[in-house]
Amino acid sequence: MRGVLRTILSWLDERFGAGSIEAFLRHKTVPIHRHTIWYYFGGMTLFLFVIQVLTGILLLLYYRPTPDDAYESVQYIVTQVRFGWLIRSVHSWAANLMIFTAFVHMFSVYFLKAYRKPRELTWITGILLLFLAMGFGFSGYLLPWNTLGYFATKVGTEMAGSVPFAGKWMLTFLRGGEEVTGATLTRFFGFHVAVLPGLTTVLLAGHLLLVQHLGMSVPPSVERAIAEGREQARLMPFFPNFLLRDMIGWYAALGVLGALAAVFPWELGTKADPFAPAPAGIRPEWYFLFMFETLKHLPPKILFLEGEFAGLVAFGLAAAVWVIVPFLDYRAGFGRVTRFFTGLGVFALGFMAAMSLLALR
Amino acid sequence: MGNPDRSGMERAQSGRRWVNLLLGSGVLASIASFLYPAIRYIIPSEVAESTSRSVVAAQVSELKRNSGKIFKFGSKPALLVHTTGDEWKAFSAVCTHLNCTVQYRDDHHDIWCACHNGVYDLAGRNVSGPPPRPLDALQVNVQGEDVIVTRSS
Amino acid sequence: MKNALHFIIALIGTAGISVAAPPKDSCIACHAELEGKQSEPVKLFESDVHRQAGLGCADCHGGDRNDESMDSMSPAKGFRGTPKKAQIPEFCARCHSDIAYMHRFNPKARADQLSQYLTSVHGKRLKQGDTKVAACVDCHSVHNILRATDTRSPVHPMNVAATCGHCHADPAHMKGYSIPTDQVEKYSKSVHAQMLAEGDTAAPTCSTCHGNHGATPPGITSVANVCGTCHVFFEQLFVRSPHQPAFAKMGLPGCVQCHSNHEIVKPSDDWVGTGSNSVCMNCHAAGDKGFAASQKIAGDLAKLKTFLGRAEEILATAEHSGMEVSTPKVELANAHEALIKARVNVHSFNAADVQKLTDQGVEISQKAYQAGVMALEERDVRRKGLGVSLIFIVLAISGLYLKIRQIESTPRDQSSPPV
Repeated sequence: MRGVLRTILSWLDERFGAGSIEAFLRHKTVPIHRHTIWYYFGGMTLFLFVIQVLTGILLLLYYRPTPDDAYESVQYIVTQVRFGWLIRSVHSWAANLMIFTAFVHMFSVYFLKAYRKPRELTWITGILLLFLAMGFGFSGYLLPWNTLGYFATKVGTEMAGSVPFAGKWMLTFLRGGEEVTGATLTRFFGFHVAVLPGLTTVLLAGHLLLVQHLGMSVPPSVERAIAEGREQARLMPFFPNFLLRDMIGWYAALGVLGALAAVFPWELGTKADPFAPAPAGIRPEWYFLFMFETLKHLPPKILFLEGEFAGLVAFGLAAAVWVIVPFLDYRAGFGRVTRFFTGLGVFALGFMAAMSLLALR
Repeated sequence: MGNPDRSGMERAQSGRRWVNLLLGSGVLASIASFLYPAIRYIIPSEVAESTSRSVVAAQVSELKRNSGKIFKFGSKPALLVHTTGDEWKAFSAVCTHLNCTVQYRDDHHDIWCACHNGVYDLAGRNVSGPPPRPLDALQVNVQGEDVIVTRSS
Repeated sequence: MKNALHFIIALIGTAGISVAAPPKDSCIACHAELEGKQSEPVKLFESDVHRQAGLGCADCHGGDRNDESMDSMSPAKGFRGTPKKAQIPEFCARCHSDIAYMHRFNPKARADQLSQYLTSVHGKRLKQGDTKVAACVDCHSVHNILRATDTRSPVHPMNVAATCGHCHADPAHMKGYSIPTDQVEKYSKSVHAQMLAEGDTAAPTCSTCHGNHGATPPGITSVANVCGTCHVFFEQLFVRSPHQPAFAKMGLPGCVQCHSNHEIVKPSDDWVGTGSNSVCMNCHAAGDKGFAASQKIAGDLAKLKTFLGRAEEILATAEHSGMEVSTPKVELANAHEALIKARVNVHSFNAADVQKLTDQGVEISQKAYQAGVMALEERDVRRKGLGVSLIFIVLAISGLYLKIRQIESTPRDQSSPPV
């Protein structure tokens, strides 16, 4: 077995230097300290993304992106295709799990200040990947063409339209027209299986290359402890130690996904009827809930701005701030913890959690 | 007896072997349990199209002229008629009045609903009785021995 | 001189009339120039069906359309003038009862309107001197008479109720007659009026049941025939039921007794049985056979609805968890049909007959319910399959864990990490 592996690797090495990749991997290390557990979440998100790509490709073999056929094709997958119920439920559950782990990964990086110099670009690509993931979720939600997806899309794209100047253009661009129609479905399908995967591949490649090049960041508190001699700098080899641990997590995730698919299968709902009134209690998926709930509580006018628009502006600004946080919190690059940003992070997390819970009430 | 060191090393060796066996078999078994559904998924099932889109309603030889047959189309009943003029027609068999299942009448050459005496002609048009709308027409194609009914676009 | 003046007036008058007018008509030419009531008929006549057939004023009123002098309206020229109310039917019937004449315009035209009218309540009373009743022009209008198929016509099916109501819903007009004036109001609440409003011109309106020219309310014994024209099965069942001879003996009208005549609304299942909405309880009381039958029928209907509901529920649950249940759903449609047929069969007032139908429906519902149970069991099989894969996963995870321990227990590795 080992001999065979050796032969293959040297064959590849002669052709494109696979040996240097192998050598690099063998030397990659992961710091061991109090916060090591957070290192797993990036890989977990990547693993779940791979699951999405694989189950997504399988679904592509049977899905039809037209209003006449979409719902029926998903129904066909779930009832007639062998294990179609499994593939579809895993795809829907893993989507949610992935966005959850992505948020955990992002917040852990934030609080552990891993975005500080020289990892600013890693942070930026990461935040953009998070936005792409939410875009995946938003576009994917419409594809079964069921009542929930249809109206969630209607409400979501409606919000885009309330931005002045660009709003009308954005709304028609997203919807492929004035209303949510078959054109929207085709467009969202294109986004979901081509545009977003393409962008994600590019950004992900950049993100991963940066991580390999820059290595794992050690939190400032641990760095200080090591510098002051209170703690010893410990490392574990990525291969095989960290990877084996990663695999435990991945297997556990697979188990959870299978259990969810079998015990809590993802509902098909009823076919979308554009002319029926929106059902009561319509709301977007949980990762958009905090925005949805906030907009509901805004007064009709804030200063001179229309309430909803002001809310969207605020979220836009917050997103922009979030993207450039490594440059704002430049002091972290010197190992100094600026309490303001920790507080900002706590506020953001608390706000999102509180608003989401409120929306679920 | 033997060298205590050697037996220690032997024990470590066999311990290693057991762990490798456990790991290997666990990984292989789990991969198999993932690949099996995926492979069965890829292979098309006998029902190639959703049965609410296309169905083999009958065999040509099965239905004589001037007779009708109720068959399942999706989760609703549908009616296939082989007319005296050797034409094949198909409609949704759900009466547009109160959803009873209609039937072909070979004496009247029409389609009749037994619940409230509604009558449709062979174009599906509601001609008598309470039905307010015609029957939804379906498309029929004869391919060899199969009479295939599909939803009309 | 007078002739020349008339000629000039006629010339000027003709200029104001549409080009599609029939050849020169001196009646229209003069009357168009007059004021008020005298010129009104000219305006109305634009849309009249008689004008389109090439007829003019003189064809009804007599006189000479080519004579531009006042002589055109002399008895010598056959002028008949405006008919009095009592003369109107014969006035119109001069042409409309002449089959040979009518067939020149419409080969399928009927010529029995007058004879029918004379049998009607309106016709009979008119002959007795009552001028308040309806004659031809009261319903068909005058001078702007339109075909009954024209939606603007007062006798188009959509407009009939309003036309009849013009008199029959006016208490002042109907004073002195012994009939109510609430028919139109009641009818407007009925399911027939609703159908009509939705554009279904097959829906019955006043003339459908009462007749139009021979308008007479159906007698008590013939009401069921009238309703039975459309509601065939119900009449057939009723006529064979014990209610038919009983009602006949008591002088009660058939369908109307329970369903009303004008305010016919959608019935509900609680009209049978012994509850407060039950129409059976209007006559029957505890202890008599009718009470028992009503109770049994209502019970059987309720039973079928319960079983049907349960089957639908479980199949919906199964379908939502991704199970394929289209076949039992199709079968269940037959149970729905049984319920509908049972409701029709209520009109036999025979509990045994109704039960035969509800029993069929219950049996089908039970089979469908079983199919739903099996679908849910199949879903649970999936969970077992999941359990198997979970075992493999646990195996793999333990293998990984032990491997990690094994790798990191050798001295050359660092001290075991916290995770």
